[in-house]
Amino acid sequence: MATANREQIIELDVRTDELLVNMGPQHPSTHGVLRLVLKTDGEIVTHVEPHIGYLHRCAEKIGENLTPRQWIPYTDRMDYLAAMNMNLGWSLCVEKLLQYELPEKARHLRVIIAELGRIASHLVGMGAYGLDLGTFSPFLYAFREREKILNLFEEACGARLTNSYITPGGATADLPPGWLEKCEAFLDQFEPVIAEYHALLTTNAIFIQRTAGIGVMSAEMAIDYGCTGPVLRGSGVDHDLRRDGEERYTEMYDGYAFEVIVQKDGHYPRDHDYPPVPPEAVLGDCWHRFYVRMLEVVQAIDIIRQGIEFYRSAEGDWGHPIKLNTKLPKGEVYLETECPRGQMGFYLVSDGSAIPWRTRARSSCFCNLSVTEELCRGCLLADVPAIVGSLDIVMGEIDR
Amino acid sequence: MAEFFAQYMPAGVAYTLTALISAALLLGVVGVGALFFIWAERKVAGRIQDRLGPTRTGGKFGWLQSLADGIKLLTKEDIAPADADKTLFRLAPYVSLAPSYAALLALPFADGWVGWEINTAMFFLLAVLGLEVFGVILAGYASGSKWSLFGGMRQAAQVVSYEVPLGMCGVIPVFLCGTMSLTTIGNMQAGWFTNWLIFHDPFTFLVFWVYFTCAVASVNRAPFDLAEAESELVAGFHTEYSGLRWSFFFMAEYNSMLVVSGLAAVAFFGGWNGPVPIFASWKAAGGGWEIVANLAGCINFIMKAVLGVMLMIWVRWTLPRLRIDQVITTCLKYCVPLAAFCFVGALSWQLFDLPSPNDWVPAERAGRAAVREPWARGTTGSTQSSAGTSARLAQGSEVHR
Amino acid sequence: MTEGPQFLETLKARFGDRIRGANLENIDPWVEVAPEAIVEVCRFLKTDPDARFDMLNCISGVDYFQPDPAKAKRASFEPHLEVVYHLSSTVTKHTLVLKVMLPRWKDDQEGVLPELDSVASVWRGAAWHEREVYDLMGVWFRNHPGLKRILLPEDWEGHPLRKDYELPLEYHGIRGR
Repeated sequence: MATANREQIIELDVRTDELLVNMGPQHPSTHGVLRLVLKTDGEIVTHVEPHIGYLHRCAEKIGENLTPRQWIPYTDRMDYLAAMNMNLGWSLCVEKLLQYELPEKARHLRVIIAELGRIASHLVGMGAYGLDLGTFSPFLYAFREREKILNLFEEACGARLTNSYITPGGATADLPPGWLEKCEAFLDQFEPVIAEYHALLTTNAIFIQRTAGIGVMSAEMAIDYGCTGPVLRGSGVDHDLRRDGEERYTEMYDGYAFEVIVQKDGHYPRDHDYPPVPPEAVLGDCWHRFYVRMLEVVQAIDIIRQGIEFYRSAEGDWGHPIKLNTKLPKGEVYLETECPRGQMGFYLVSDGSAIPWRTRARSSCFCNLSVTEELCRGCLLADVPAIVGSLDIVMGEIDR
Repeated sequence: MAEFFAQYMPAGVAYTLTALISAALLLGVVGVGALFFIWAERKVAGRIQDRLGPTRTGGKFGWLQSLADGIKLLTKEDIAPADADKTLFRLAPYVSLAPSYAALLALPFADGWVGWEINTAMFFLLAVLGLEVFGVILAGYASGSKWSLFGGMRQAAQVVSYEVPLGMCGVIPVFLCGTMSLTTIGNMQAGWFTNWLIFHDPFTFLVFWVYFTCAVASVNRAPFDLAEAESELVAGFHTEYSGLRWSFFFMAEYNSMLVVSGLAAVAFFGGWNGPVPIFASWKAAGGGWEIVANLAGCINFIMKAVLGVMLMIWVRWTLPRLRIDQVITTCLKYCVPLAAFCFVGALSWQLFDLPSPNDWVPAERAGRAAVREPWARGTTGSTQSSAGTSARLAQGSEVHR
Repeated sequence: MTEGPQFLETLKARFGDRIRGANLENIDPWVEVAPEAIVEVCRFLKTDPDARFDMLNCISGVDYFQPDPAKAKRASFEPHLEVVYHLSSTVTKHTLVLKVMLPRWKDDQEGVLPELDSVASVWRGAAWHEREVYDLMGVWFRNHPGLKRILLPEDWEGHPLRKDYELPLEYHGIRGR
């Protein structure tokens, strides 16, 4: 790679002492309380060591002392930007242990909510990535739309950030009357707005300069590190649990038409309305990770539209939450769902009582972050926020 | 003004008094300018970002927001970190503010309305603006913080690089007008907007944009705000500063923006000479009429400068930040060659006396002739036509010195 | 879709009695592997063209220990630790659960952590998972590229997800219990 050679030349020409810098835990671009210990040679970063755990809240230990429904609010606080998807992952895991069959209507309700959560989360990811690269406005443009989603969430369940809406057995309540129309109105309004984001970021020459060819991660490396979600698909791996996951999860999406957002033959599905891949971009770089998120938003809009139609025509009930003290059968289950940031897995071991013997959350960002050490080696100081930002991490989920 | 006072008091006292009045007026520009621009930046940024910005403090539009902020900053504790070199740390904000204040000294606000009429004003201005970087380097070095050090070093590399194209851009109006005196450069563009130097030839038009890019970089504004890149360096060189000292850096930044925009207005946009010569006859009338004309010119000039600042604000809230290698690349690979190319181009245009929009208005031809230097034309035929302007210039400078 | 049964036969044929057993009745069937064979089994599963388990989803530790002596008598298990590996394949889309049973303490000496070989040489992503298991559950991974605490401070004492863990009385002047 040309950049690597250039950096080497600089390094050989001017040999200076290394500087040890603490980036974080209080730093504007570490997305919370991530601490990166950087060894820098001038502007060139020679070594990065991520230190995590500053937001560790013992969620797994707490889970061993609460019933599954009581633990739902704790899953909210893991990935607090996509709380709905966290609820969904844990609910499905508990339902898998209970062998609970969900009514049709509840299934579509969950799809609508989960995909809305995905949009809301990707909007933050996109806006915050703009911040990392030094532009403030896309962040507020993103939050303007996110607010509308949060308004919808608030109307559905009363909470905006930590929703605790989806529970084992369905959801805490049905969608209120008129909600679907509001949701449709939002989608109609939101879809044309996406072009703004592309104008401000994706096609911006400086943005392309800052992201294309930076932090290139090969497909092999991404898989080896257990990277998932847009980070994995940005490297060109065709893997999405909504299609490839286990049955209990994929049956939720039965009847939905959607494509996995991954580059094939130099093209992304659904990219016809959006800017093409710039020639500077290399598969697996920051630009691709960002672009996958942007297209997933478009994909999600489509899925929600289908979900609304299905929900309207669905028979039966929207499901009811299981009792707080439902006895769990003895056994153990592991279930991963496709959350906005990657595959979020929950592992539940039960000894036959109402309280799980062991709860374990497999965090997608945890795995995605573990590549930073290798990805940031030899990059420039300004690339560190660009790379870490493109992984779109949430510290709450990493530290649990 | 000094001569006017000298009629009533000893010369020494008169000059001191003049200097104090000028200094106070310019300090007013610095203070009010910073207050206004900070408010404007917040308001404009707010509108750009689909929000309102300040709305309550001081009535309807949050007019007094910056003043309230200023008072808050005054009351804040002045902290110096334990690791800092205390003396240099305290000194740095003043070192940063002083040059940008001093640069105003040579910037004419209207014909003859200038703190210090020197015939090397362009040179003085660029040189003094370049000194501002010392404050930043000092702050970066003395803070005892690695982030600050990074910021200081980045700023040093950046400003040193951008001084080169900035100077080259500044030289073009200088040689087109044959003078470094900004007052004269401004006066030579009197008349219709076609007389502005930006419309002199395609090269001057191009070079203005090079100048603007370099000016944005030299005053450390986005997308070149590497020294304080908040997503990388926390807050860069002013990470450790608080209270009033911190606000001095801000005042320096906003004042420098005003100065470089003002310089662009004088050098490329006719300074106080509007797009339409409304007050030309008033000015010729002299006396009180001339003062009114100059006042209008001053307002005209300030509006142009503010427009430049607004452009910088707009750019800042739109573009992402460049990386340090890209900033230097932009300078060395694009700005320097472009400026050099424009320099040669504009020089040739002048040398071969190619048609220029500056010649479009026949009525102003007499005034324009001064721009065409005799040495460049190879003849001395047109010197007599410039006599009128020169006489007026001489008269003007006598009245207002 | 966990493919326990399918790979059990292959694994048994290849590794013999180092495959300790399996539970195919569980919702997610699992295969129990002898601690000393885990790296070999993992490497086989990753490279075998039929299996292609190229992704390590998760490593979890589970502590089977009933601290309450009254309940311990009725407990359905012997005290032990389990390390659970969840594997999946991005190619064949299969998933598999491997388990390793370990004693709670090495040689039953209280305070000496049980040891297990690290699979970080098979999947690079395993390094952080193993650090987490070490940190919270107290399993020492041999041949790990840099085994140290990950979520807790480096001078923390004890491994909190053990069932008999007790919060320290104070930590650097912060009251614990």
